[in-house]
Amino acid sequence: MKRQRKGFVLGHYPGMNLWTALFFVYLYAPMLVLVVYAFNDSDRAQIWRGFSTRWFYKAFANDSIQDAAINSLIIAVCATVVATTLATLAALAMARTGEFKGRSATLGLISLPLVVPEIATAVATLSFFAVIGFQLGLLSIIVAHTVFCIPFAFLPIRARLEGMNDTLEQAAGDLYANEWQTFRHITLPLLMPGIVAGAMLSFIISIDDFIITLMVSGAGATTLPLYIYGMIRQGITPEVNVISTVMLGISIVFISAYWFMTKGDDHTTTH
Amino acid sequence: MAEARSNALSVCNVVKVFGSGPGAVTALNDVSVNIEANEFFTLLGPSGCGKTTLLRLTAGFEQPTGGEIFLFGEEIENLPPHHRPVNTVFQHYALFPHMTVTENIGFGLKMLKWNASDIQARVSETLALVKMEAFATRKPAQMSGGQQQRIALARALAPRPKVLLLDEPLSALDLKLRQAMRQELKTLQRETGITFIFVTHDQEEALTMSDRIAVMSEGQIQQIGAPLDIYERPLNRFVADFIGDTNFITARIAAISGSKATCTAGGGLSFSTPMVGEHSKGDTVTLALRPEKIKLKAATARAKGSATIANATYLGTDTTYEIALTRDVMVTARDQNIAAGMGRFNAGDRVSLEFAAGSARMLTD
Amino acid sequence: MVVIGIFMVLPMMILVVFSFLEADPYGGVEPVFSLEAYIQILYEIDFDDTVVFNPIYLNIIARSVGLALVATFGCLILGFPVAYFITRQSPRNQNMLLYLITLPFWTNLLIRTYSWILILAKNGVVEQPLLALGIIDDSLGMMYTNGAIAIGLIYTYLPLMVLPIYASLEKLDFRLVEAAHDLYAGRLKVMREIIVPLAMPGIIAGCILVFVPSLGAFIAPDLLGGGKKLMLGSLIQLQFSSSRNWPFGSAIAVCLLALVMISLTIQARSAGKRRAMEG
Repeated sequence: MKRQRKGFVLGHYPGMNLWTALFFVYLYAPMLVLVVYAFNDSDRAQIWRGFSTRWFYKAFANDSIQDAAINSLIIAVCATVVATTLATLAALAMARTGEFKGRSATLGLISLPLVVPEIATAVATLSFFAVIGFQLGLLSIIVAHTVFCIPFAFLPIRARLEGMNDTLEQAAGDLYANEWQTFRHITLPLLMPGIVAGAMLSFIISIDDFIITLMVSGAGATTLPLYIYGMIRQGITPEVNVISTVMLGISIVFISAYWFMTKGDDHTTTH
Repeated sequence: MAEARSNALSVCNVVKVFGSGPGAVTALNDVSVNIEANEFFTLLGPSGCGKTTLLRLTAGFEQPTGGEIFLFGEEIENLPPHHRPVNTVFQHYALFPHMTVTENIGFGLKMLKWNASDIQARVSETLALVKMEAFATRKPAQMSGGQQQRIALARALAPRPKVLLLDEPLSALDLKLRQAMRQELKTLQRETGITFIFVTHDQEEALTMSDRIAVMSEGQIQQIGAPLDIYERPLNRFVADFIGDTNFITARIAAISGSKATCTAGGGLSFSTPMVGEHSKGDTVTLALRPEKIKLKAATARAKGSATIANATYLGTDTTYEIALTRDVMVTARDQNIAAGMGRFNAGDRVSLEFAAGSARMLTD
Repeated sequence: MVVIGIFMVLPMMILVVFSFLEADPYGGVEPVFSLEAYIQILYEIDFDDTVVFNPIYLNIIARSVGLALVATFGCLILGFPVAYFITRQSPRNQNMLLYLITLPFWTNLLIRTYSWILILAKNGVVEQPLLALGIIDDSLGMMYTNGAIAIGLIYTYLPLMVLPIYASLEKLDFRLVEAAHDLYAGRLKVMREIIVPLAMPGIIAGCILVFVPSLGAFIAPDLLGGGKKLMLGSLIQLQFSSSRNWPFGSAIAVCLLALVMISLTIQARSAGKRRAMEG
């Protein structure tokens, strides 16, 4: 056989491979730098002095970091549970009622936080709390996060529900299951991957959120991102690199799990 | 290559392998073919036989793994598609959805940097050629499949290519439209004088339109010839089987005289056929005999060389009969229903078989 | 559903109401109707009550729109070839590349922006080796510039550009590319006449998705602009925190929302027009 000739390849543009490679360098180099700098021996975060793991010990022993982490976890867990439950109910209600007037308006409403700049949502929520006289603190953050997380939980659940075949539910009814039994044994198990995906997204959104938290947190309720922001502003030790690296790791683990869980399930990847 | 220069398209020893390693697929295995100028040439074969690959190599969408392709004597296999004076009519039309009919047809001319008034003139002329003048401002989505087909044809014809490639262009149309388009394509080809290379898996299409047909199978050309040659004188089992219905009869060569042979088969049948390949007296060969070449005559049960009809199937224009020559040799005969009624014979009738000299063909395999 | 409505729409309405009230100097609002907040965007009220044109906030709006446009075009130029490249890969590789593009987007925005400080800062990743090698003698002063903000914005929103463009390129019938080449179009012509026009819905969606959040960005201008190069997002945040002028902050937020609505409407219009056009 003759060697493969180098001819004209349709759809290929010269340089696009290199361009894509550079693109991914741009996308990942900053994160890599951050991880490397978590092992910086220097007292100043931005100046490299040599390899050391000493800041890891310092960061984990730091009481205020621990408090912030606990706050973040409490908020994320509460917001995730409530948001996922509400989103599931909303998705079910929507699927049950079928085409109704204002359906698209409701859909638009739910996805509002996805298109409105976060700062606007943040100050609007703050104003709302001020009007109803809601005390700022851990609880106000939880409420704000819950609202903000609903669309992220809603999308994968609805996608899953839309891809579901309602003849299964009819079959269950045919086999003497009542409405609750049908829901418990058929709908819910089938919906589970969507719910888990939605919950994971909510958790990540909540634990990473900064702007809304900044606006609606009272004194004393500090989350990890708020603590990191404070550290960045105050001139910095490599401790901030360490916490950032840890948070980065958590996000990557969650998102990877989400991605590979929904992979092959086309319904949950499309909005 | 003097021979290559006299042809519109010469394909010389072309090999195309997709992929590499153990998963590699050979789509074309040493294919050579010469297509003459002004010819309506058809590549006919089942799906996966390599006919579309050969077309795509000619258009330039793929490069051959080996071999050369000449267009009017010029070697083209390494030219990109936009440097080849060849246009394609795609199977699913591939009209540009964001352009009007006029823009679609004028696209090639615009790319060739024609000036606007010349483009306009050629577009109108081509629209008239395919009888679609009324649709000039439509978008592809606003037209039926048949209309889109005509626009696709017009778009490919507008730059007056040296060779027009048609990739199963009629396969997406319904039967009536398909039949009407066959005639029109043939007329268009004659009027424009452009060489057409037509890919199809439909034998009827191939037989009715083509000047010559290349029958392909498994990446190789099995036979090239005029429709009459292909049908009446199939070279091998594949060609005989793929085009029309055929009885394959195992026979023994009883005598050879010059280029003719006399073969005998079970049931007392005897055939005179042209010799094919290197055989000698006493060899076993396969003969192909078209069902409609068999003439049936009523016979008495005792008559020598008579056989029993096992099954009769009424087809409207014809009736086919399955005839048991011996216990395990069956042939199918086709008898035209000239008289009114279900056919001349019934299952269980005794008939004798007759056929003109040369109606059976000896095959190479 | 009602709960969602209350918590999503009501706050926005309250924001609009707030923007028409007077500020309480200790934070919050006084329930007195006033257009002062909007007037303040363009004019300054001097001590002797004369109204003077004040371009400070207009400048901030202009800078925000300008930087958001730069970010949008930067993302487009960086992202389009990549989106195209991905569609040309095997389905398996496509999935992997999409994962790699999505991943950073879900990680903490604050942290991702902060990592650029490490890179751009005085004595940072870029400058340290250059200084050590003697290529530069002094800091390049890359931090706290519009350029730094733009880099941060592009970095933040790049996936939002790539994904919708990928989605529309992925639907592109590749036979159209073959047909265009067949009709004598070279690579660049095919790109301009076929690929880009057919990817236009994705390009527009991507531009909106980048432009809108860039406009209201807070973290990038705050960290990389050092809080001195204000953008709309940081201005709003400032009014609700240290400046304690809630009506003014609300008014700017309302302006921001108006800009968002305008760009979304433009997108919906062009999408609708396109659908009508292609039947």
